[in-house]
Amino acid sequence: MTRLAQKLTTVEAAIARIPSGATLMVGGFGSPGTPFALLDELLAQGQDGLTLIKNDANEPGIGISRLIEAGRVSRLITSHIGLNRVAIEEMNEGRLSVEIYPQGILAEKIRCAGAGHYGFLTDIGLETDIGMPRREIECEGRNWALEPALRADFALVHAGLSDRYGNLIYNGTAANFNPLMAMAADEVIAQSFQVEEPGALSPTTVHTPCAFVSYLVQVPMSSSEQGRRAHAV
Amino acid sequence: MPYDQQRILARAAREIEPGQIVNLGIGLPSQLFNYIPDEAQVLVHSENGILGGRPCHPDEAIDYDMIDAGGAYITTCPGASLFDSSMSFAMIRRGRVDVTFMGAFEVDEVGNLANWKIPGKFSPGIGGAMELAQKVRRLVIMCSHNDKHGNPKILHRCRLPLTAPRCVSRIITDKAVMDVTPQGLEVVDIAEGLSIEELRAATEASLIIDASRVGSY
Repeated sequence: MTRLAQKLTTVEAAIARIPSGATLMVGGFGSPGTPFALLDELLAQGQDGLTLIKNDANEPGIGISRLIEAGRVSRLITSHIGLNRVAIEEMNEGRLSVEIYPQGILAEKIRCAGAGHYGFLTDIGLETDIGMPRREIECEGRNWALEPALRADFALVHAGLSDRYGNLIYNGTAANFNPLMAMAADEVIAQSFQVEEPGALSPTTVHTPCAFVSYLVQVPMSSSEQGRRAHAV
Repeated sequence: MPYDQQRILARAAREIEPGQIVNLGIGLPSQLFNYIPDEAQVLVHSENGILGGRPCHPDEAIDYDMIDAGGAYITTCPGASLFDSSMSFAMIRRGRVDVTFMGAFEVDEVGNLANWKIPGKFSPGIGGAMELAQKVRRLVIMCSHNDKHGNPKILHRCRLPLTAPRCVSRIITDKAVMDVTPQGLEVVDIAEGLSIEELRAATEASLIIDASRVGSY
């Protein structure tokens, strides 16, 4: 793990650690919590053959959709891509391999890897076809589906506030998959709007302890993009 | 064929009891937000990680970090909490959500629900529907009684891939309110102006109708 004092780096240096062919977790549920600045740098540097793990595919023209549109993503592990017609087209045309899980199962597979386990047993989707072959295991007199944990080489996460050691605080509904992914990847690159000196954050308000964060970059709030499909109720 | 969404919404709002924890699905159910009175002290749950969301008033500043699972900008009401998506689904799987409202492509006599996939036509993903349908205490379906070609959506048995088997408690359409019972689909209310014969003609499923007990809405 990176020493505490060496975590704060540039977005270029942090993203240059990612090789082509890597498996990446990307935080965010829709736009909130999506590490837009890290993704745009990944697009600029040109890594390809990527496997992405993200709840959704963002919306056309922003976030991971830019990587999908540029042909850099070979496989997407996700839950719902209904807000991205480009990703659906790429999937239907066979250019993008898509694995779809129930949302909470995807979250739990990631949480499970982050907690250092191999997998878990669940009854979710046991009587329905989730489109994925699943191993069933009998335990205490009934059948369960075995869900292996899901890990990654890298996680790209977004925080609203952090300190230089990599303690992270998420704003609003921007937490979503970020704290789970921050535990489940070998290397975790976090972007934050605001990076404070150690001691500035109240320890009781930290969501992701710095032990899980490898590198931290400060990004301007203007790097964030709002979903175009977001709407008033 | 346009259908009467207002009738469905107004009727569905009566299903929410004060003090409940409620989840509203994407589409028509999300509009129920606007039918919940403040004094009801209801907390609306959303899959991304919030309990106690409410729509922003038109003059309220938007916080771009605050959306519900359907992508609508929201804010918090008193008693709200924010958490990650894993905890959000723990709440669902542990049965802590009292009632959820969802749309449907098809529902059938034993309460099977199909609302996530039309093979070859529509497969954007599962999202949270499967876990909500399987684990929520009470699942209320809000949908048009017939599709845009007039075909029944309330069937003997679902033909599309299921979201979850035997999960639906009540179905509210523009034509009727129906409960899933061990005996079959029992009609609770019929839409004003519709006859029992017209309802049966628009429905593939067998309906149990006790004319002396059926209400209107």
